[in-house]
Amino acid sequence: MPIPYSNKVIDHFLKPHNSGSIKDADAVATEGSPACGDMVKLYLKVDKKTKKIDDIKFESYGCASNIATASIITDIAKGKTIEEAKKVTWKAADELLGGLPPVKIHCAVLAVDSLHAAIENYEQSHGLVKNPKTTTKEIVLSRLKHVINPLTGFNVIKADLINDVVINNGIVTVYTKLAGDHQFAANIKEEIIERIEPLWDVKKVEVKFDD
Amino acid sequence: MKTIYLDNAASTKMDDAAIEVMTNFMRNDYAVASSQFSHRPGILVKDALENSRLTVAKAIGAKEDEIVFTSGGTEANNLALFGTAKAFAGKRNHLITTKIEHVSVKDSAAELSGNGIKVTYLDVNNEGFIDLDQLNDAIDDDKTFLVSVQFANQEVGTVQNVAEIGKICRSHNVLFHTDSALSFPSIPLDVRKLNIDLATFSAHKMYGPKGAGALYIRNKTPIKKIMMGGFNEFNLRGGTENVPAIVGFAESIRRFDKKDVEKVQDLRNKLWTSINKSIEDVHINGPADFSKRLAGNLNCSFDRVEGESIVLHLDMNGIAVITGSACFSRSLEPSYVMMSLGFSHERAHSSVRYSFSKFNNEDEIEPVSEATKKVIERLRQISPVKKAI
Repeated sequence: MPIPYSNKVIDHFLKPHNSGSIKDADAVATEGSPACGDMVKLYLKVDKKTKKIDDIKFESYGCASNIATASIITDIAKGKTIEEAKKVTWKAADELLGGLPPVKIHCAVLAVDSLHAAIENYEQSHGLVKNPKTTTKEIVLSRLKHVINPLTGFNVIKADLINDVVINNGIVTVYTKLAGDHQFAANIKEEIIERIEPLWDVKKVEVKFDD
Repeated sequence: MKTIYLDNAASTKMDDAAIEVMTNFMRNDYAVASSQFSHRPGILVKDALENSRLTVAKAIGAKEDEIVFTSGGTEANNLALFGTAKAFAGKRNHLITTKIEHVSVKDSAAELSGNGIKVTYLDVNNEGFIDLDQLNDAIDDDKTFLVSVQFANQEVGTVQNVAEIGKICRSHNVLFHTDSALSFPSIPLDVRKLNIDLATFSAHKMYGPKGAGALYIRNKTPIKKIMMGGFNEFNLRGGTENVPAIVGFAESIRRFDKKDVEKVQDLRNKLWTSINKSIEDVHINGPADFSKRLAGNLNCSFDRVEGESIVLHLDMNGIAVITGSACFSRSLEPSYVMMSLGFSHERAHSSVRYSFSKFNNEDEIEPVSEATKKVIERLRQISPVKKAI
């Protein structure tokens, strides 16, 4: 085959397992952006008592490497406890897939990151974080590094789009340098909320535009 | 599974006639053309070489001694840029080109700019056209040694207003080079009428072999050779000429038929009509006025889906196309052409190029359109992007 993918990758790419969304998901995480050429959104349904992943689904805007990795890691994670699922690595996925082309590894990493992020969001929002840290501006800013401006492909921190972050009684207000009528304003707002809202002590997230 | 090849802007299938001529030539005429003063076999090869040169020259309204054969379009572009820069060294040091040239011009310009040459990259609008006023203003009558603007774009098919560009360059007395690898002979080119000083041609984009191309160099154009190794090609390109490929190149020009352009154009139009009718949220990239784009070029973006996945799925259906997505390239950067047109990264990532040749047929249109529809629907189903960004 002239295509640089293993048969296993092609199988998962053509018939991805666990693709789709979960309406009443307990946790969601998005990594990447269409601007970067890869975006994956992962949905989790977790049993409250056993902490086992009852259901897991993903959606992907991405290449074969991204889709196949998301497919295989959701297979692995399904039925496992969140503690076990945390241990899933891109290397394991890479091995099971029969090896990905080196240039495509980052697409696989993105898929695995979305699993880890969804689990972390679950723990944050379900009071499962041991010795939870009070949310600070630094924590918020570090999470915002995953929010990407679709226009440029840069994250909002690197692109210098955040003016300030104010935390007051569990209400996080993110002041952006974007105008409210910026073509991607609604999109960026949605992603910011999705990133910050799961934090255990955050009650509400507000995104302000520079109007 | 039958293959439907729609990557003809990359390279075309060869004409049988050209293959035949080349095969016979390789079998029988193996001397080198430069042995013409030593022996008869050399004379025969020299004759074949000069006949081919005449064919190329006649096809573009040039004289025979204005055609230099090269290993292809890339070498011709390198010779045009480096060769003129060398000839003007110490006198003029300004080069003008565009942001959407083929990599062989783009990378040559970048290399020159690291070596004391000032390069102006002309902007293009959202259909890929340069602004003639910007070109006019950019020319420095004392410093500019070359304006290099492609005839037509490899990705989005934009055909520049070469006649006007030629006039502007002539009015400033500045050399004009055009890379016509994609456009010739589909779009006829007369070097005198169009005020072209240098023009690049490539055989394998027009049913000829890989490994042959030519640079038209108007007589008296200041240029120096960049490939050392003998006096070949009017002392402008050292090295044994690839005569088998050159005779194949000439044969492909002789076989050129205007009707094939109409056929290719018709196929492209039909595919676009079908795709546009059956798939939602699809956008054409490049000129909306199809008379201003390459006959066989269709480039469009499908909202909410990523290009590599599209082309890989299509390949599984036996359909060969390419995308401007970063995932497709090794550089992980989306197509610089798409980005220069001012599109978002997403639009570049979602773009697919279908390019036709005379070997394509009408019965291929519906299968391609249907497969595309199926693939796009499938990928949209699993896409986290629900509305177009």
